[in-house]
Amino acid sequence: MSCSSVGESRVSEDLLQVACLNKRFGALRASKDITFSVRQGEIHALIGPNGAGKTTLINQLSGELVPDSGTILFDNRDITRLSEHRRARLGLARSFQISSIFDRLTVQQNLALAIQAHQGHSFRFWARADRDPQLAGPTHAALQEIGLEARAGELALSLSHGEKRQLEVGMALAGRPKLLLLDEPMAGMGPGGTAQLSELTRSLKGTLSILLVEHDMDVIFALADRITVLIYGEVIATGTPSEIRANPDVQRAYLGGGE
Amino acid sequence: MLPYPNRTRSFLLSGLLLLLLLPPVSSFFGDAYLVSMFSRLLIYALAAASLDLIIGYGGMVSLGHAAFFGIGAYVVGILAWHSYASVPLLTWPLTLEGSESVLIVFPAAVLVSALFAAIIGFFSLRTRGMHFIMITLAFAQMLFFFFVSLEGYGGEDGLSLYARNQLSGVDLGDDTQFYYFCLGFLLLFLYLSQRLVNSRFGQVIQGIRENERRMLALGFPTFRYKLACFVIAGAGAGLAGALIANQSEYVSPGLMHWTRSGEILVMVLLGGLGTLFGPVLGAVVLLLMEEILASFTQYPMVLMGPFLILVVLFARGGLYELLIGRRKPGE
Ligand SMILES: Nc1ncnc2c1ncn2[C@@H]1O[C@H](COP(=O)(O)OP(=O)(O)O)[C@@H](O)[C@H]1O
Ligand SMILES: [Mg+2]
Repeated sequence: MSCSSVGESRVSEDLLQVACLNKRFGALRASKDITFSVRQGEIHALIGPNGAGKTTLINQLSGELVPDSGTILFDNRDITRLSEHRRARLGLARSFQISSIFDRLTVQQNLALAIQAHQGHSFRFWARADRDPQLAGPTHAALQEIGLEARAGELALSLSHGEKRQLEVGMALAGRPKLLLLDEPMAGMGPGGTAQLSELTRSLKGTLSILLVEHDMDVIFALADRITVLIYGEVIATGTPSEIRANPDVQRAYLGGGE
Repeated sequence: MLPYPNRTRSFLLSGLLLLLLLPPVSSFFGDAYLVSMFSRLLIYALAAASLDLIIGYGGMVSLGHAAFFGIGAYVVGILAWHSYASVPLLTWPLTLEGSESVLIVFPAAVLVSALFAAIIGFFSLRTRGMHFIMITLAFAQMLFFFFVSLEGYGGEDGLSLYARNQLSGVDLGDDTQFYYFCLGFLLLFLYLSQRLVNSRFGQVIQGIRENERRMLALGFPTFRYKLACFVIAGAGAGLAGALIANQSEYVSPGLMHWTRSGEILVMVLLGGLGTLFGPVLGAVVLLLMEEILASFTQYPMVLMGPFLILVVLFARGGLYELLIGRRKPGE
């Protein structure tokens, strides 16, 4: 089956449009003709078994990996070849499946850096960053958002696993992106943390779009406006939670089995 | 025990006091050599502090830092040589005369070493880790052999100065005045670096040290920040080089040999990575030990080696942390 790339890049309401994305690792096809879109303001869940290629897709969207072919439009702009840091500046933020924070900086410094990234260049050599009111305000707001105010002065490496996950998401959120790519944000969190992050995600609904990779079906069906199912690098279905639940392909390949 | 900021402050103040009082005290004891020797220590301290910016704060382990030290020194040597010979350095496209004036020579040394750092950094910062160590080492060795082969400027034997550079109102030929001249530059560099590491730029550099992947994902074009840091450190080493050329009134390719880079690296590790003042302490302790041990053994390294290994193994924060203790978060 052939996949015709968007080509006639139609102007669309969708914030993110992915068309015919392919990525190989040697003989392994980690992304096969992936086509789907994320609408303005929606929470879009991306589900699929381990090894389906979810993280690989996120990495191509964020710019860490370059696709072999296909196009990625963000805000109707072709970003397929745009560097990672430019995409971030356009309002595309991500969190990592394995916490990727600044271990030997404090929680506050971690968040301040995330905010600093969006306030123009950082070739400022003189004024102290920790006394910069332009950083302090938003940093404090970000601390409150993820509930880590009490840990603000601690080194990030001394946080518990759950707190690290909160910081991980908080850093992606701090820059007030248009699209947030969350790669299994709740992985390894206790029930309390999961509930808190779900609540945070829900409260963000409408203010920004979220592409959420998650395994917990309860969380997904409670939060997602639409769901895309990925198996062996291929999109087998996209639809509302009830459509996905009723889809026979999805049931056969995914929901029916191990869950 | 005093809280951390107070411990730091009392350490820095007593260190400063000792350094300020060194010339009068040593002249009281009639030991003029001490002042000249300590000028050398201060200069190496400056080189080590500049290396700490890239290694301790930027996480870029360079084994070629002495290249910029040597370049700074050669700018002094070459400009002086042209001044003695009254032969212009350049006649086209513009005429450049030699000089022995601090106001011309020192800015030139800083600019030229920064330029070399920009070129070397531009290529080597595309690599990381072990590759970065090797490529900075290779560039420095290339420069070393280039100056060895530069017969016009003394080749392997280097160049001797007839006198130190000139600055109106100051007699740099006088060892005490020269000592304060070096101390002034060291303090200035430490102050500027302290501002730098606490600024937005400094936070970015430390973020890159911790996790460059995340910095890119946050939207930082990391390469240009790393390059800027590398150039600033190179300029600092060039300044130290200009001072060492004046201190010893002699420049040679040996100043940029890789063993010199290694020695500066050891000063940083010994004193404490990412502390700025630690490397100053590291330089002073290492060179003093060398000096003292050399007076009664031919092989000072036999005793220094185990000492260095012990410090690196058991005091990972270096002598600085050993002395003033660890900083607790929030202090
Ligand atoms: N950098 C890489 N090199 C080679 N294979 C990779 C690489 N990254 C991922 N893969 C492989 O691609 C497949 C998809 O991985 P991934 O995107 O991490 O899946 P998921 O996030 O859905 O669990 C897996 O088989 C994985 O082993
Ligand atoms: Mg994954």
